[in-house]
Amino acid sequence: MTDIQSLRNDFPILNKQLDGQPLCYLDSAATAQKPNKVIDVIKTFYQDENSNVHRGLHTLSENATVRYESARETIASFLNVETREIVWTSGATESLNLLAYGLSACFNSDSVIAISPFEHHANIVPWQEACQRTGATLLVLPMLDGVLDEQGAIALLKQHKPDVLAMGHVSNALGNIHPIESLISVCKAIGTITVIDGAQSLLHLRPDLKALDCDFYVFSAHKALGPTGVGGLYGKYQQLNALPVYKTGGEMIREVSFERSSYREAPGKFEPGTPNISGVIGFAAAIDYINEIDPSALQRYEQTLYHALLEKLKQIEGITVYGDTQNNVGVVSFNYKSEHHYDLATLLNTYGVAVRSGHHCTQPLMKMLKVNGTVRASLAFYNNQDDIEHFINALNATIELLD
Amino acid sequence: MNIEHITKKLSESHGWQAKYREIMLLGKQLPALPDALKVDSALVSGCDSKVWLYLDLDENAQQLVLIADSDTRIVKGLLAIIIAAYASKTPEQASQFNAYELFESLGLIAHLSPSRGNGIRAIVEQIQAKAELLK
Ligand SMILES: Cc1ncc(COP(=O)(O)O)c(C=O)c1O
Repeated sequence: MTDIQSLRNDFPILNKQLDGQPLCYLDSAATAQKPNKVIDVIKTFYQDENSNVHRGLHTLSENATVRYESARETIASFLNVETREIVWTSGATESLNLLAYGLSACFNSDSVIAISPFEHHANIVPWQEACQRTGATLLVLPMLDGVLDEQGAIALLKQHKPDVLAMGHVSNALGNIHPIESLISVCKAIGTITVIDGAQSLLHLRPDLKALDCDFYVFSAHKALGPTGVGGLYGKYQQLNALPVYKTGGEMIREVSFERSSYREAPGKFEPGTPNISGVIGFAAAIDYINEIDPSALQRYEQTLYHALLEKLKQIEGITVYGDTQNNVGVVSFNYKSEHHYDLATLLNTYGVAVRSGHHCTQPLMKMLKVNGTVRASLAFYNNQDDIEHFINALNATIELLD
Repeated sequence: MNIEHITKKLSESHGWQAKYREIMLLGKQLPALPDALKVDSALVSGCDSKVWLYLDLDENAQQLVLIADSDTRIVKGLLAIIIAAYASKTPEQASQFNAYELFESLGLIAHLSPSRGNGIRAIVEQIQAKAELLK
C-alpha cells in the first residue's frame, strides 16, 4: 500500500521557500499542485516528441496522435465510461458552455433549468445566458444552514420536472459533497437531463460515472494534478453525439465545400483546431499518478487531516465555519468575528500560508450565507500535519495582530 | 497625518507583519466615512474590497481635499497613506506626483500590482484623472 505521506516528495513546489518561510499550500481547490511525473511528461513532450496530431504520416505525428488518443482511454477508464464519450475541452468552464449552448437548442419558454445554490459562476452564467436566449426559467434548489436540503430539492424537482439539472458534485466554496446519487435517480424518473460539475471531485473522489448514471459530467485537469487549460466533458454517447456543435473549424469536419460542411461524429466534432496536446498528455499522466494511489487510503488520510484542521479551528473563539462538515472533501471555509476575509488572507500570506479569500466565484451562495466572502483553506493528500500546525499558528498570530 | 511621519514609521518597521501592523494603525486614525456617504456611486471599481473615495478642490487654498474609506483594515491603512500623500497638493502638483515611487520607497510596491486586487492602482488612477480635470 502506498504511504500517502511520502507522496508529498513528488511535488517539488512544496519544498519552496517564500520570503524565507516554507510554503503552506492550502489552496488546492483553486488549483492542485503538480507531481514530477506530470511536469516531466510535459517537458519531454516538447523536448522530444512535439508534433501535431491527426495530421501527419510522419513518425512524430503518429506517436503524438497515439499518445493523445490513449490519454482519452486513460480518463475514460478512470471514470468508467467509453472512450468515445470523452471530449477534450479547455476545462470545466468550456465544457459547461458547450453543454448549455448545445442543450438549449431544445429549450423554450416552458423549459426549466434547475441548479443548486452552491454553483460556481461557471455553472450559473452559461445557463442564465441560455435562459435569456430561449425564455427558459432558472430554478434554484433549497439549502439549509449551508447544506443542500436534499428532501426539499427532491420535492422541488418532482414538482417542476425541469429539463436539466446542472449541479456540482462537490462545492468549491465549502467542500460539501452533494448527494448527487439520489438527485440523479430522481431525475431519471422524471426525465430530467443531469449535468454534473465534477471540477472539485477528481482529486478526492473516484467518481464512477456508470454507477452515477448521470447524462453529462465535466472536469478540469488542473484541479486534479494536471496542467491548466485542459479538461473535458463526458456525455452518454447518443446524447453527446446529438448535441449541436458550438465551435467549428478544422479537424472536426468530415468534408467541407463552399456550400456546406459535414461533421465528424463525437467526440471529434467538438474538437476543432489544434488541441492542447501537451495538456492532454499531462492530464493522462496525472490520472496515471492518481490511479496508483489506493483510493480508500487517500480518503482516510484526507479526512484525518480535515478533521484535525476543523477541530483546531473550532477551538479558536470567534471562528465561524460554513458548510457541511460531515460530508466534505477537505475544505474549511470560515470567517473570524467580523474581520474582513481580505485582511485575514493578506496577513496569513505574510506567514507563507496560501489560502483563498473572497466569494470563490459563488456570489449567490455567499449572499445566502449572509457573508461577503470567506477565507478558504483547502486540503489535498500532499498536505500534512505540519501544514495544519503552520496554518493554525499563523492564524493565531494574525488574530493577535488584528485584536 | 503627514507623509514624512508615515514614511518614517514604515521604514522603522521591519518585516511584513510589522509593516501591516503600522498600516492598520494608520487606517484606524483615518476617520470613518458616515454610512450616508458609503454609496455605490462613490465606489472605486477594480477593488477586491470596498473602497469609497471622494475628491474635491478647496477653492480658496487651491488644494485637493480627499476623503475615503474601505471595509478592510489594510486597504484603509493604504488609503491613509495615499490621502496623506495627495492632501494639500494642488491639482497641478497631484497630476505630476508619482504615487508608485512613494509606494516603492515604502517597500509596499507589491500592493500596486494589479493582481493583488486591492485596487490601490485603481484608486491612484482615479485620483490622477480627477486631479487632471480640476486643473
Ligand atoms: C466547482 C467548479 N466548477 C467550475 C470551475 C471552473 O473550472 P475552470 O476554471 O478550470 O474552467 C471551478 C474552478 O474553480 C470549480 O471549482
